[in-house]
This record gives sequence, C-alpha cells and structure tokens, in this order.
Amino acid sequence: MSVPVLEMRGISKAFFGTQVLKDVNLTVERGQIHCLVGENGAGKSTLMNILFGMPVITNTGGYEGDLFINGEKKSFDSPRAAIETGIGMVHQEFMLLPGFTVTENIKLNRELTKANPFSAIFGEKLETLNRAQMAKDARTALDRLGMTIDEWAPVAGLPVGYLQFVEIAREIDKENLQLLVLDEPTAVLTESEAEQFLEVIKRLAQSGISILFITHRLDEVMAVADRITILKDGELVSTGPKEEYTISQIAELMVGRKVDTASRRTRTRQPSDEVVLQIRGLRVNMPGETLRGIDLDVRKGEILGLGGLAGHGKVGLANGIMGLYPSQGQVLYEGRELPLNNTQAALKAGLAFVSEDRRGVGLVLEDTIANNIVLTSMQSQDRFLKPGFLKLKDEKKILEHAREFIDKFDIRCTGPDQIVRRLSGGNQQKVCLARAFTQQPKLLFVSEPTRGIDVGAKSRVLELIVELNEMGVTVVFTSSELAELRSIADRIAIVYEGRLAGFLPPDAPDVAFGLLMAGKSLEEVAAR
Amino acid sequence: MKERLTAIYHTIGLPRLIIAGFLLLLLIIASGTELSVAGLLSDALVRIGQNGIYVLAMVPSIQAGVGLNFGLPVGVICGIVGALVAMEFNLIGFTGLLTALLLAIPLAVGAGFLYALLLNRVAGQEMMVGTYVGFSVVAGMCIFWLLAPFRNPAMIWPVGGVGLRTTLTLADTFGGTLNDFLQFEIFGLTVPTGLLLFYALIVTLVWLFFKTKAGVALEVVGRNPRFAAASGLSLTKYRTLGIIMSTVLAAIGYVTYAQSFGFVQLYNGPLMTAFPAVAGVLIGGASTREAKVSHAILGVILFQTLLTVAMPVTNQLIEGNISEIARVIVSNGMILYALTRATGGEQA
Repeated sequence: MSVPVLEMRGISKAFFGTQVLKDVNLTVERGQIHCLVGENGAGKSTLMNILFGMPVITNTGGYEGDLFINGEKKSFDSPRAAIETGIGMVHQEFMLLPGFTVTENIKLNRELTKANPFSAIFGEKLETLNRAQMAKDARTALDRLGMTIDEWAPVAGLPVGYLQFVEIAREIDKENLQLLVLDEPTAVLTESEAEQFLEVIKRLAQSGISILFITHRLDEVMAVADRITILKDGELVSTGPKEEYTISQIAELMVGRKVDTASRRTRTRQPSDEVVLQIRGLRVNMPGETLRGIDLDVRKGEILGLGGLAGHGKVGLANGIMGLYPSQGQVLYEGRELPLNNTQAALKAGLAFVSEDRRGVGLVLEDTIANNIVLTSMQSQDRFLKPGFLKLKDEKKILEHAREFIDKFDIRCTGPDQIVRRLSGGNQQKVCLARAFTQQPKLLFVSEPTRGIDVGAKSRVLELIVELNEMGVTVVFTSSELAELRSIADRIAIVYEGRLAGFLPPDAPDVAFGLLMAGKSLEEVAAR
Repeated sequence: MKERLTAIYHTIGLPRLIIAGFLLLLLIIASGTELSVAGLLSDALVRIGQNGIYVLAMVPSIQAGVGLNFGLPVGVICGIVGALVAMEFNLIGFTGLLTALLLAIPLAVGAGFLYALLLNRVAGQEMMVGTYVGFSVVAGMCIFWLLAPFRNPAMIWPVGGVGLRTTLTLADTFGGTLNDFLQFEIFGLTVPTGLLLFYALIVTLVWLFFKTKAGVALEVVGRNPRFAAASGLSLTKYRTLGIIMSTVLAAIGYVTYAQSFGFVQLYNGPLMTAFPAVAGVLIGGASTREAKVSHAILGVILFQTLLTVAMPVTNQLIEGNISEIARVIVSNGMILYALTRATGGEQA
C-alpha cells in the first residue's frame, strides 16, 4: 500500500479547557474521496483548522498529535505553509473578487508574467501579465470541471453554483495540489448543481487528487465517498469504506440515536378545500429570488410545500407577502384583501414568518433566547406586557414562557438568558420556531428551516412544523430539499422562473419533480 | 461564592477593575500628600452629577443603532437657550431652573427631530456626520448669540450693547440651585444631594423607558434592523425616537451642568461637550453598538473621579502643571481605545 497523502494521528485540541477534539485519527489515500461527517459542533471545522495551521489554533496553544503529509511529519504555522505543501481548500463562503474576471480570480496572486523594458529596470513586480497563457490555464482548469462558462466573464453576477466551481478551478490550477478540502460546498447549491458538483469531484479523484469532503447531506456522502469518517462530540466514532454503511446507520452514528430522515408522516386531520390565502399576479422584487407574477391558492389547514431550484423565486413568496421586499399584485387572506408592503398588517392578520436567513432576519443574535422568543408578539400583539399605561414588559412572564418552550422544543442552552449567538444552528432554528409558535399564527410561512443544521435537529424541526399544523395552523413550507418537502407536505407547488409551474402530490415520482423544476409543463410531465 | 465572584468580575470587566484599582492607588497616594482626600471626593461628586446626564444621553442613541451621539451640542444649544431666557427674566432659584428646563425640552424635541431627519439619510455614518453637525451648530449659533434680542444688561456686552457676552454668571439667578438643595457635610465630604437626586431621577426615567414596549422596540431596531422590520417595526420611527431622546437628555444635561458650574459659556463653549460624554460611556463598558444605563452610571463615576483625583495628585508628584495635558490625553485616549474595540460589551 502506498503512503497516504494525509495522515492525522491522535489529534486532540482544547479551547480554554473545553475539549473539542479527542484523539482523532484520519487517513486519506491518494485519489480517495474521504467524507467527514458529524453534527454541528462535532469538531470538523477545528480538525480542518489544524490541518491548515489557522491562527485560531496557534493562538490558542496549538494542538496535540501528529500530522503527516506523504509520510513526512509536518506542522503548519500558517495557511500559506499548508497551501505550499499542496493542500487546497474551498470554503463555505466564497473567497472571490466580484469585480474580477473568472481567469483573474483563478490566477489571483499566481499571475503569469513576461518581462518588459520597465521590469528589466524596476524588477519583477512590473512585468506584463501574460493574459493569453493565463486564460489558457484557466480554460484547462474549467474544462477539467466540465464548465462551459467564458473564462473572461466577470465573477459578479455569476450564479451561486458557478462561483463554487470557480473556486475549485482555482485550487486545481495549482500544479502541486494533492489534497482538496471541501467544507460544506453543496450547502448553497441547488440539487442539480450539487449533482454536477459531485460528478466533478469524482472526476478529480480519478485524476489522482485526494478529496476531503465535509457535508451535512448524507445522500451525497453515499453518492461519492470512498471512505467515511464520522465524528461525534470531538471523538471519532466510526471510520470505514462506504460499503459498510447505510444512510440511516451514518445518521444514527452521528447523533447517537435512531433518526428517520425522510419518512412520510401520518396525518390525524385532513385539510379542507376552503381557500385561506389567494394570491394573484404577485410580483416580488427580491434580488436573486424574483417572483414574476405568481397565482397560488393555499387551502386551510394544509402544509403546502413550495419547491423549485435556487434563484427561481420560491423564497420570494413569503418575503413578499410579509412585506420584507417590495411587491405588487393581489393577496386575499380569508377573503379580505391583505395590504402589501406592510409587515405590521400581515402580522396583525395572523401571519407569521420563519425566515430563510436565520441569522440575518430571523434572530437578534446579541439578545437572549427569552427575548427572541417573545419580541415579535410583544411588538405586534401587545403581549407579555404588564397592565398599565407605561406598557412595561413582564419579565417574569417572558422567562416562564421561554422556559416552557426550551423544554418543549428541546433547545440546548444554559437557560433563557443565554445569548442566541452562542447556540448551534439547530437550536437557533428552534428559537425561531418558538417565536413563530408564540405569535399563535393562523398561517405560517417557513423558509428553509433545516438549512445548515444537523440531522437530529432537522427531524425535530420538521416534527415541530407538523405539530403546529396539527393544531390547525396552515403552513407554507419552502425548502430546497425535495425529500423534506415530500416528507411533510400535503401538496407541493413548484416555482419556475418566478411563476407557478404546477402542483404535484408528495408521492409523485422523482422524475416528475425534476421535469417541473426544469421548466417542463405539467402536461409534458404527465405524458412521460 | 467563587462563581458569584466570577459573575461579578465578568459583568464589571477587567478594564474597569484596573481603572478602579488605579483610582484607589491615587487616593492612597493623595492621603500621603497635603491634599484633602475628602475635598477631592467632594469635587468628584459634583462632577459626577454635573456630567452624568450627558453620558446618559449616549445610551438611547447607541441602543437605537445610531452609535455614539457626537452631535450632543445640538441638544446643549437648546439647553443654553432655555437657560438664557430664564436669565433674561431674572427668574431665581427653582423657578429659573424649571423655566429653563421647560423651554429647553420642547426645543430639543424639535431640534432632535430635524437632526434625526439628517441622520436617517446618512445611515452607517451617523457618528462622523454627527460630529460635524455638532461643530456646525455651535458655529452657526455664534451668529445667533450676537443677534439675539436679549436686553438684560447683565447678559449683553457692556460697551456696544449688542450681542451676548461669552461668559455669563448664574450666581444671581439659579446657579447652584440643585447642588445646594439638602446639601450636607459628612467627614469633610460635601454631598450635593439635590444634584445627585435629580441625576438619579433622570436615570430612573431612562431605565424605565427601556423596560417599556417602545424601549424594547428601540433596542431591537438597533440590534438587528432586519429582524425589527420583519416584526413590523418602523426603523425610521425608532431611530428618530432614540435621537430625540438623546438630544433632550443633552438639553437637560446642560441646564444641570450650568447650574452646578455656575456659568453659561456661549460661542465656542459647547464645542467639545460630546467628547467627555463619549469617553465616559465607553469607559463604563459600552461599545458603539451596545450601551446600558449601568454603563453610563459606572462610566461617569470612573471617568470624572479619575479626572478630578488624578490631576491634583500628578501635580503634587511631578514638577510643573501638566494637569490639562493629562486630562486631554486621558479623555481622548479613552475614546480612541474604545472606538478601536467596536465589539465592546463583554470583551471591552
């Protein structure tokens, strides 16, 4: 057996006395796709920070254990050292300059140059860019990824999915690249983009580059991994070739309890045929998620799934009706016209919204759990206030209420006074849902509630939405994950290019959803 | 017990403990010199009451997301106008003080509203714009002081008879009204009871405000405007409210300051009022994004005591008069320190 590209042996790390990694071993062979999975806070990011010699590690007292690259013992004191050794990283957030072209981004700080009279006198820094050669290199890298975009296109304005590929192109353009670390690269991609992405990864692995792939999506793990390592609470719980696992086994190992990722729920109550929300010609000017005149009826008591590819406008619907982005059209709620661009009116009418942008819109990160739960109800419904002219807030009632929801929703925290920023993604999402529950809405919009949260929290969040629905609340559930929509929705509406493409029942075949999302009409879908 | 202590340590924060320790050290040194410690502390009490409301004025603007209110002179000018009108009619004692306040407050509401109109248009740069609004208002008012129709001979220039003097004494009207109210002496320490009570009253009102629905809304707007919008709150409305509150507090702060100081200083007098107030709230543990009433109280106590105690002590120890230089270094140094630590809150 050849020497592994990367070997980490007995890695331990503590931050200020909190043990975040305990004796972790990790081996990546040449040309292998190694998937690293674990809940949020399992220690994946810390492990990668150690591999990259990130300052956050060195500044907090370094780590224990050994790191071998190609059998040679290394210890990186800066990301630069790691990069020079041939380790590449694609981050969750894009690190690209929007004003530059694809080629310029790929070749950034590694530009090819040729000498000119000035550089002869003043030195290398004044050499002319060899644009032709740079473009050629960029083209080669893009071709290896099966990308057709123009190498001179500016990065600003490219779809999100493309940016990810440009980042990878930049990494593989580095000649000595041996190991590519991908940190949740598919979190921002749509399903079809993610598929293309996985194809590319496989191709890269075949060409001899080892890949360390961190993801939350277990079906992706099954699709591409050669080997899987599962972390839980900083410890390695299992590692082995993919063939030894099934999705449910991995999920179980990750959270340490049995979870059912996408099982169809059983209903105790049937939705009526009564239309509670009638949307006609709704246009929402939300950058990146524009709605161009959608007609949609929501029935009382149902869970309506709202699907579609990213950028086609499904997220715009809730944001438009709740008045967060300028919109026009007609919305009838319980037979009465709902004024648009008026959040207060929407809230007063009994609508609630759990935003897809959890940290930006959904929470006041610097505030406590208790306050986050009651704020909206306090402001729009005058609840949790002491009687009297001054409208003083009722701290006791607020804390009581928060404690009740912390128990009920299983929010992991030190108490209702904890600052929301300190919670993990899943627990933050539960706080958002608790806020929506507190509003006692008649109709709830939930957008992407499971994005970026771990499997355990995910199933609990879906359960909670169903629970609310059982209490008689109509739910409009927007999600990019089809499996999720199918697991809880009564009907699924697919949005394509800002308009409604059609409705499908949740048990319709995959191919029907695929075609509808790709812009085929319902008739064409039925003809298949 | 140990947990309690760590909790207290975390709420107070290391920088404030260091400053408090330094203060204690200064007082110990002072007791070894011919300086009267009780006298120093009496001065400190007066200065705390005198500056407390200015520092407090920073809290609503920071909490509304506008940042530190460097445009404090906008409110201060309203306070001056109130005080001048009371003087013009020779209103003495509490009558004068209340008249000044009752005139200054509505003026400050109006001025604060206009100031808010401007700041809401330059969201993100309020502190920079506010600084220059403050400077400009002071400069603009210089013309007003010259043209203002005041006739009281004690206030206008004695020779030409037109325009107000640079420094007007309040000794004959309402100077010291609050300070002398219920004033008593204990172990050589003079306590300006009325001044401190008035400060406590204003602090309580502001503290109560942040417990109300409107106060909570104002904080939400400051902490996360997008969340606030999604909860149906009007950003403009609550930012405006925060700025008006800050301006009104500045006006009340001025009247309090002037009666304690004993003089009204016109022309360039109010130019720098914002800076010690900014330094005070920042020393108290606030950041540009988060300030509590407790920060304002702790800040004014530490900062003003430090100024009153440190200067005479250093003058005793070091040859030559460096107190003014030291004061400028300390107060501006504090602002610089705090502004570079925009994270604030727990880490500051």
